[in-house]
Amino acid sequence: MAVSAEPRTGVPTPGPSLRGRTLPTYALPGFAVAAVLLTLLLWATTGFAGRAGFVVFALLLFVALQTLVSFGVEGRRQAVNRLFTTLVTVAFLIALTPLVLIVWYTVKEGAGAISDHFLTHSMFRVDPSEPGGGIYHAIVGTLIQTALATVIAAPLGVLAAIYLVEYGAGRRFARAVSFFVDVMTGVPSIVAGLFIYAFWILALGFQKSGFAGSLALLILMLPVIIRSTEEMLKIVPNDLREASYALGVPKWRTILRVVLPTAIGGIVTGIMLGVARIMGETAPLLLLVGINQRIEFNPFAGTAEQVPQESLPTFIFEQFQLAAGNTDSEPFQRAWGAALVLIVIIGLLSAVARLIARFARVRG
Amino acid sequence: MKLQRYGLVAGLVVGVLALSACGSDNNDSSSSAGSGSSASGTAPAGSIDCASGTLSWDGSSAQKTAVTQWVQQYQNQCSDASINYQGQGSGAGRTAFYSGQIPVAGSDASIADGDRGKADARCSGGKAIDLPMVLTPVEFIYNVKGVSDLTVTPSILAKIFSGKITTWNDPEIAAANKGVTLPDTTITTVHRSKDSGTTQNFASFLAAQVPDLWTYGTGQAWKAPGGQGAADSSALVQSVKGMDGAIGYVDGPDATKNSLTPAKLDVGSGAVEPNADTVGKAISAAQVSGDEQDVVLKINYGLKDAGAYPAILATYEITCTKGLTAGQAKFVKSFLTYTASDAGQAELAKLGYSPLPTDLAGRVRSSIDSLSAT
Amino acid sequence: MREREPVGPTIGTATTPSVGGGPPVAGEISGAAVRPGDRVFRSLSVAAGATVLLIMAAIAAFLIVRSVPALRANTADFFTFEQWLPDESPVQFGIAALLFHTLMTGLLAMIMAVPVSIGVALFITYYAPRRVSSTLGYFVDLLAAVPSIVYGLWGFAFLAPNLTGLTLWLDKWFGWIPLFDYQLQNRPNNLTDFTAGIILAIMILPIISSISREVFGQVPRDQVEAALALGATRWEMIRTSVLPFGRSGVVSASILGLGRALGETLAVTIVLSTVYGISWHITQSGGVTFAMNIALKYGEAGTVGTNALIASGLCLFIITLAVNFSAQLIIRRRKGA
Repeated sequence: MAVSAEPRTGVPTPGPSLRGRTLPTYALPGFAVAAVLLTLLLWATTGFAGRAGFVVFALLLFVALQTLVSFGVEGRRQAVNRLFTTLVTVAFLIALTPLVLIVWYTVKEGAGAISDHFLTHSMFRVDPSEPGGGIYHAIVGTLIQTALATVIAAPLGVLAAIYLVEYGAGRRFARAVSFFVDVMTGVPSIVAGLFIYAFWILALGFQKSGFAGSLALLILMLPVIIRSTEEMLKIVPNDLREASYALGVPKWRTILRVVLPTAIGGIVTGIMLGVARIMGETAPLLLLVGINQRIEFNPFAGTAEQVPQESLPTFIFEQFQLAAGNTDSEPFQRAWGAALVLIVIIGLLSAVARLIARFARVRG
Repeated sequence: MKLQRYGLVAGLVVGVLALSACGSDNNDSSSSAGSGSSASGTAPAGSIDCASGTLSWDGSSAQKTAVTQWVQQYQNQCSDASINYQGQGSGAGRTAFYSGQIPVAGSDASIADGDRGKADARCSGGKAIDLPMVLTPVEFIYNVKGVSDLTVTPSILAKIFSGKITTWNDPEIAAANKGVTLPDTTITTVHRSKDSGTTQNFASFLAAQVPDLWTYGTGQAWKAPGGQGAADSSALVQSVKGMDGAIGYVDGPDATKNSLTPAKLDVGSGAVEPNADTVGKAISAAQVSGDEQDVVLKINYGLKDAGAYPAILATYEITCTKGLTAGQAKFVKSFLTYTASDAGQAELAKLGYSPLPTDLAGRVRSSIDSLSAT
Repeated sequence: MREREPVGPTIGTATTPSVGGGPPVAGEISGAAVRPGDRVFRSLSVAAGATVLLIMAAIAAFLIVRSVPALRANTADFFTFEQWLPDESPVQFGIAALLFHTLMTGLLAMIMAVPVSIGVALFITYYAPRRVSSTLGYFVDLLAAVPSIVYGLWGFAFLAPNLTGLTLWLDKWFGWIPLFDYQLQNRPNNLTDFTAGIILAIMILPIISSISREVFGQVPRDQVEAALALGATRWEMIRTSVLPFGRSGVVSASILGLGRALGETLAVTIVLSTVYGISWHITQSGGVTFAMNIALKYGEAGTVGTNALIASGLCLFIITLAVNFSAQLIIRRRKGA
């Protein structure tokens, strides 16, 4: 801090600016343009080729230019700051790129198959190699099986997370539970399917059915819900809890009315992550449910005399097998159409869940 | 706030209910080409003795295309019938059959000796039988630039698939393809990663034809070194189509669906292409064992006759002579009668399979006639 | 595990709330009734936790019981044999190849996904404009909406063919590292560990990033603002306030992601070309993972075969146990708890 050395004359000598020198606003776009031009030059004159390589090289040049110039003009700290800003932004773009590519690819392959008929009819009595038929039965099956699994897994998972955070903190039992929740995430979908097959179908003697599929799905969903709910609950500030206790509210009420609503946004997101995870699972469904051409609302319908539910992932799988590699065939188109519908359904559900979370969130 | 939250939930519930009301199984009416199927050879009306109810079964994926077509025709004729074939694999089908979950199973291999006990026990009062129903040639698809008419011999195949021949212009290949210019592209072989009947029959064929060159077993798992594995036939076809210099083996229907011309096979008496005649000739040379009702084929993979294509796969329907419930027995008998009939077998040729030769068909039909419920 | 314990009334006693944690202070109000609501709720939540253990125990029991017969029948060394032939005679199967490729693809996925996920989470919480951050987060989460079969098919039909340039470039400039060495004559088909690793990384990215995002977003504002007030640049603020706060959450999220990567079945089955052997050339040859092996062989497996597959499932189970255990150690040591 510069303090005037001469108390009487008035104008203090300006000291070093607190802000330091900064790059002008046109600098960043300038670097970008320079990087692109240089890369173009390089691509034109030497043997380097390829669009992906171009983008990567231009990016590297941009980062190098920016960091070096910033280092010289603004100093080390700012340079590092700018570097990380760019890295973080690039990370985001890297994350978005596959999404764009996959969605574009799915739309390209599958949009042609979607029609009003496609969404409202099943495949009953339709020759798969001919146009016609639809995925209604698969949509119904997927929604019902997922809903069943969620209805069981969500309360179970949230309660277990509540135990881990509110009641069991530090206890050995809770540590064991927490540890095994992590292990559960590693259970491959097919092992979960095999387990339910041996347990529900072989040992207990039930038929293959939509419900059996839901059981395997819930094993896959449970750890995701527990883990993210646990994280959300841990983050709720203790002041809220303590204020509630201070007012004489019993612990269970505190959890239900104070802690959960505060964390509800993250909890719903966790449940949605779980739903998204299981909606696309194929392997356990093939083992436990199978394939069907008709609409079947009952998830408990089994194989013997009745026919089990179809689901979107098994439908996609089956149509691809029928297509046998022929990318111009009807089954191929139908499979991608169904894939597109599945992605849209999951995307819509996620959006709805976020809206619910936003309305339900307790502010502050 | 609460109103909004509940309103949203209520909206969802209403939406779901609405969704459940608006779908239909009825695909007959307006669906464009669906019902007016261009597939000729629809069984003449009334020729099927229809059963009603639902038949749910499982088995070999090699016959899935055939079964799908049969189911189509059967259901078109029989409005009360609903058939559902899973096609998860012969092993899964057999297991489900032995444990009584399904009344019939499709299998690329007849009932193993070790499983006889289980199988017969499942058919209380009767026994389990094998009924060959679908014959498929194992076809060799390839993608070699500039080559549209390739001939291979068992020796060439064995060497290619075990990595001993590595380029297309190898002298042995050239010798079998006189007049064809072969490029010097490296050969990439594609095999099935999943255990499959197709692999088993291909390996058995090689082991019988050139036993000193093929020492990699005759099981369902691919054991030869090198080459790429594709998860299923659709991936295999795509792999071959996408790579210059690739060669792979598939069932007939898979090649037909992709309009791919398979390689001709020369077992010593001239190049032969896989079709109903050549396959029929090979099957006629097979020994039929088993007693009256059980029809087990011992395919002679080592056949070297002219005009025969011995790299073939036979799929059986395994069922019970007695011991199924009344409804199931009627359904199974009705369906199998259709599939073994001339009309049913005629469907196969279009798809890339081969129909049963006359004698064999006759034996199978009389065996089916003897099925009953109790 | 937790940084601050909540202090609440334990059942049966009323306490004076103590600041900052610690056992309830003496001076109980005698005769305070056990609130039935508390007891019921607590039992419910304990039961829920116990159900988790029960399910895991059942899975473990089933895996062990059914694998033993196959392991006994095995004539080859289970840990070093590379082929999988349980239904032949002699019975021979081993997990060497499975173990290698499962770990390799998992490792590749983690190396690629964790830094990017952290970057994405930071971007959305601290760099993007507040208004759009939620929407951006939604888009990243959409990656989780893509079913695994679509990932597999997209990887097979789109990604693999388009990776040839990268494969050859890596071979040219980094071929001296055996990992990136491409030795074959054919054009690469890219149905390899490397491609599978990329696909897995894309699949686990939304999981790691969404949980990290929530954690980063909950850093107390006063800590953030204090750092900025002291003149920290945005990155320094993140480095000092956000990352340490979120560390355990990020590790937890990463383990969740790794679990998913190790157990992913269908996508890997479609993308990875099956090769029962060990090869360090990840851009060149395929491989086979535990889950993939089960999916491929299950349909046709005989009795010994099915049990052998279950034995491999048991191995995967144990691996996940080991991974989680070491992660716990890391977290515990960092915290000094």
